[in-house]
Amino acid sequence: MSPDRPLPDGQGLLRVPRPGALYSGNARAVFARSMRAQWRTNWAVMLSGFVEPVGYLLALGVGLGSVVGEVAGPDGAPVAYAAWIAPALLAVSAMNGAVYDSTWNVFFKLRYARLYEGMLNTSLGPLDVALGEIGVALVRGGVYATGFTGVMAAMGLVRSWWALLMVPGAVLVAFGFAAFGMAVTSWMRTIQQMDWVTFLSLPLFLFSGTFYPLDVYPEPVRWAVQALPLWHGVELLRDLAAGTPGAATAGHAAYYAVLVAVGVAVTTARLRALFLR
Amino acid sequence: MSEPVIRATDLVKSYGGVRAVDGLSFEVSRGESFGLLGPNGAGKSTTMRMLGGVSRRSGGRLEILGLDPDEQGPRVRAHLGVVPQQDNLDEELPVRENLVVYGRYFGLPHSYLRPKADQLLEFAQLTEKASALVSELSGGMKRRLTIARSLVSDPRILLLDEPTTGLDPQARHALWDRLFRLKEQGVTLVLTTHYMDEAEQLCDRLVVVDHGRIMAEGSPAELIRRWSTREVLELRFGSGRNAAAAERLGGIGSRLEVLPDRVLVYSDDGERDLEEISRRGLRPVTSLVRRSSLEDVFLRLTGRSLVD
Repeated sequence: MSPDRPLPDGQGLLRVPRPGALYSGNARAVFARSMRAQWRTNWAVMLSGFVEPVGYLLALGVGLGSVVGEVAGPDGAPVAYAAWIAPALLAVSAMNGAVYDSTWNVFFKLRYARLYEGMLNTSLGPLDVALGEIGVALVRGGVYATGFTGVMAAMGLVRSWWALLMVPGAVLVAFGFAAFGMAVTSWMRTIQQMDWVTFLSLPLFLFSGTFYPLDVYPEPVRWAVQALPLWHGVELLRDLAAGTPGAATAGHAAYYAVLVAVGVAVTTARLRALFLR
Repeated sequence: MSEPVIRATDLVKSYGGVRAVDGLSFEVSRGESFGLLGPNGAGKSTTMRMLGGVSRRSGGRLEILGLDPDEQGPRVRAHLGVVPQQDNLDEELPVRENLVVYGRYFGLPHSYLRPKADQLLEFAQLTEKASALVSELSGGMKRRLTIARSLVSDPRILLLDEPTTGLDPQARHALWDRLFRLKEQGVTLVLTTHYMDEAEQLCDRLVVVDHGRIMAEGSPAELIRRWSTREVLELRFGSGRNAAAAERLGGIGSRLEVLPDRVLVYSDDGERDLEEISRRGLRPVTSLVRRSSLEDVFLRLTGRSLVD
């Protein structure tokens, strides 16, 4: 136990939190912490997530696509099958990364690691924690989207400068799924319940207009798919990839804006209920 | 005494109809060291959580540094250092980064946190473990890291929930020494403990809590004066014979307590009473005269039956 070296008083250097019970204005400390924790150990796993959609693109887009030929694009003009499913695969990869980060990762921190409990002993509020954790999922979404868009360009599947907007578009999709996923995870108590996440995201991936247009479905099924989030992400990115954005594209983006707002609000309320009882 | 930094009035916390905290009122002054004593389930930890701004009260009023922690959680917690009963270290980060990252939650700059983390590692005797993962630490090391972490922001109020549970005697004494120095610097300490010697060492004033209510309040010396005698005479007559012997001890001491293994005579002069006992022809197998302690007060107020 050595005598204290003179250091400035920590209390004098504090960042004064915002007034109120929920938000101190320091979400970036949570974000920085989780980035550090995640990329310190898992970067190989993180990068492998990028390989998955590229694999699907090669097998289904190029391989199966050589049998399928051309399909009608968003504007009605025929496009190569690979060019048609590529943006959908990007939406799926944004969803998968965000869902993984906001469900499994968050679940262990919530139930086992007591991490949030420690955070909420500091000047952080539940909204800081929610935004910081969701923010990490966006980085993964952004990295995958940038890489995948590059692959699409290299394969000659990009037909418009609008395609550059696929990157922020994919981040928005990731944001929606991450906010929603974290909110849902806050109710999960056991690992068995968490298996529902996998159980539900697989059909979402297969049947959301990812590999074929929705008009193969009878009308009620089509409505159901159109109510679910992934279809809006697929359509949003498909419009941007084709360079034909319109009112519908804005509608898809608005769907995600609502998902984000509701997800963040519910997550904050749930963290408060769980840790500030 | 200066202006109170904690002011609790009729504090209540109910969980589904059960009142874990049932009308606690107390004040803690700046620089004071205040203890909450009580058996398991008495409401100590719940009270600590309310003081720490992580549990919303069901009734009463609470002011920490003049703010309501339910309404201004982040602003209140900015001035607190918390040592929870169970360690909640960041298992995904190495030891030193646990300190730095925790400091970042308070918005402290890296330029301050780098030397501060080194200083705290030295305090916790974990300098060699700086880049180890938390999961590689022993229980005692984790506890020391948790305590070091609570000091990263130089808090004005330190909330310690059973801080030395799991520490060896060396580490306990090192922590007491550190806490005493912090107190001298004007830091307010609020602690719960199961160790009565710790309470006697550290607390200027304490309350004994049971069933969510305050049973007694005062300095350790005051409590002993008020609730116990100066000395305690411990007599062992052999198991099975204690009760019979106790019947012949009438009039000796101010209070008798018959336990399965021994008889306790609460007395103001243990040696004199021991002489009287032998005059009556009683021959205890062993006898011991000792000073009354806070433990006697605690057991008197909260009973000897086990909780949990």
